[in-house]
Amino acid sequence: MKRHLISAADLTRDDALLILDTAEEMARVADRPIKKLPTLRGRTVVNLFFEDSTRTRISFEAAAKRLSADVINFSAKGSSVSKGESLKDTALTLEAMGADAVVIRHHSSGAPHRLATSEWINASVVNAGDGTHEHPTQALLDAFTMRRHLSGVGRDLEGRRVTVVGDILHSRVARSNVLLLTTLGARVTLVAPPTLLPIGVEKWPCEVSYDLDAVLAKSDAVMMLRVQRERMNAAYFPTEREYARRYGLDGQRMAALPEHAIVMHPGPMNRGMEITAEVADSPRCTAVEQVANGVSTRMAVLYLLLGGSEPAISTDRSDSARTEESK
Amino acid sequence: MSETILIRGARVLGGAAQDVLISGETVTAVGADLEAPGATVVEAGGHILLPGLVDLHTHLREPGREDSETVLTGTRAAASGGYTAVHAMANTFPVADTAGVVEQVWRLGRESGYCDVQPVGAVTVGLEGRQLAELGAMADSAAQVRVFSDDGKCVDDAVIMRRALEYVKAFGGVVAQHAQEPRLTEGAQMNEGTVSGELGLTGWPAVAEESIIARDVLLAAHVGSRVHICHLSTAGSVEIVRWAKSKGWDVTAEVTPHHLLLTDELVRSYDPVYKVNPPLRTEADVMALREALADGTIDCVATDHAPHPHEDKDCEWAAAAMGMVGLETALSVVQHTMVDTGLLDWAGVADRMSARPAAIGRLEGHGRPIAAGEPANLVLLDPAYRGVVNPAGFASRSRNTPYEGRELPGRVVATFLRGRATVMDGKLT
Repeated sequence: MKRHLISAADLTRDDALLILDTAEEMARVADRPIKKLPTLRGRTVVNLFFEDSTRTRISFEAAAKRLSADVINFSAKGSSVSKGESLKDTALTLEAMGADAVVIRHHSSGAPHRLATSEWINASVVNAGDGTHEHPTQALLDAFTMRRHLSGVGRDLEGRRVTVVGDILHSRVARSNVLLLTTLGARVTLVAPPTLLPIGVEKWPCEVSYDLDAVLAKSDAVMMLRVQRERMNAAYFPTEREYARRYGLDGQRMAALPEHAIVMHPGPMNRGMEITAEVADSPRCTAVEQVANGVSTRMAVLYLLLGGSEPAISTDRSDSARTEESK
Repeated sequence: MSETILIRGARVLGGAAQDVLISGETVTAVGADLEAPGATVVEAGGHILLPGLVDLHTHLREPGREDSETVLTGTRAAASGGYTAVHAMANTFPVADTAGVVEQVWRLGRESGYCDVQPVGAVTVGLEGRQLAELGAMADSAAQVRVFSDDGKCVDDAVIMRRALEYVKAFGGVVAQHAQEPRLTEGAQMNEGTVSGELGLTGWPAVAEESIIARDVLLAAHVGSRVHICHLSTAGSVEIVRWAKSKGWDVTAEVTPHHLLLTDELVRSYDPVYKVNPPLRTEADVMALREALADGTIDCVATDHAPHPHEDKDCEWAAAAMGMVGLETALSVVQHTMVDTGLLDWAGVADRMSARPAAIGRLEGHGRPIAAGEPANLVLLDPAYRGVVNPAGFASRSRNTPYEGRELPGRVVATFLRGRATVMDGKLT
């Protein structure tokens, strides 16, 4: 595996499976009375968030803390960043404080790539969502969730049909999922009005459809993306109601899915827009499960980027701790 | 002060080796085995001699952004690149929209002594696109402005553009349009295409350039004026200009060296050194631009030399400034993309980098043939040279070149501005 996780394209099939398998081990920790491993003791993980994102930030925070890492949360709001400090100076500051990993969320596409390749810092960089580019750990937790429901632990997603619906143009979740799910053997179909599909999407390794109803019956999983209501002001679609009618998932459409199919949502949900309450609250919707899986998956990512090659969960705890200290 | 210089054995416009004698500010003889007792002899050794290059599109940044470039450092960079005249764009602080500012820039150029500086005047006050600047006052000033441009911004209001095209006819001016439909390029970061879709960067579609060019060539035809298209960057724009020229309309266009060589694939690095406006396009666009420059559809090469301080590029993509320096690498890029590929000979280079830009800018004393009685504005270059671009050696104050570490052919050996060597043995004098 590479030293950073910037794009889902960085992951080979073996890398991805290693992360998912490790995440399964991590998930078992959540069932213990003490949900903590000593693996990253003495390591420092910085959550560098230039964009508001409470759920992703606390997910990474929980993941790092369960691995016993020291966690520093750096939010751009109210910090020196809002006073005009550059990304570079912020990075140098974190480096000076001894960050081993920087988890970055940034409104500008490519900022994590820049952080990882600019030689400003030595820490491992984890992309926690950059602009409209990628969000690789979201794709990993989505794959983790799909695997549990659709193919089984330890396997890839060969032949599974995944439909991603919504604002593909502005979605980092969609980009990362197309890349990762394809790597894992799934067949992805993107569904959106033509205005919300990027130019050049026909060259992506997936199918594209403007018609949600036409693909539902052939889907093992349907992932509904959040659609911002403000998009209609830029003429991406005429009204919320029209969007919901054409691309929203309601009970009737859910009934068209195969029996075993799941409904996914990366959150936060716009109930009444891309998904109705009936669907969101149904047992087929995995939105809450995805949140729990997010912590396990991010533990696996941090562990593999920082911890190295020995087993994540040692049977002898003191031995594992000593190994960490000797690094 | 008149000095006599004998350039011995230079391939004039790439032809057979000849001697060229310069006395004072003028070429006095071109021929074989010239004798000139007491003259300073420059052994050309088969190097190529061209008329001094003329840039229609240079950002010298002074006044206002002297941290990135000054008239002095910019003209030193120009001389290093073989230029004897540059057109200084109007987007300074304050904007060059009055006679006072253009005269200041013009005077700074004269004082520098490295290269003639011909100021470009803004079309509208403050580049705001609302009210015409005093174009006549700038034309009548000591700077004798003939090229007007809001470059950096598009004159997007069709009525303002029409009026500007009409108005400059009174003094032989030309409006140089930065063709960019603003609504189609809000927040645009790079060429809109496969790569932008993958990278999640907001696209700058080719149609935003082409629709403005289509409108403006029609406007120019309607009012019987001439229009010049800045930094044309797409295959579609080439088609429109080709069509306009076939109608006999007075339309000219320029292409930058970087659009002749680089593509949007480079943006995958997210390195802002590749961030420029208009953006780097696709391989198909690059090939169409080369072909259009070769067949004359595109009249000239203009650098769009756009210096920026290090901190404006040492950041994330969206926060970075747009633009690249180009004066010191233009000739090498043109040799690499046009001459070494067989698309253009050296006489063609002289036409596209000197004669035509001088004609478009109505600039006297530049872009002339190399013959007795002509001004001694010349560049001598070694086309066999191969070197790796190292920005540390630039004369420009800025280092934002996309070619760092890249091997490019050719080197300017000497530049003469009215008989005085501004560059000799590859070094500024």
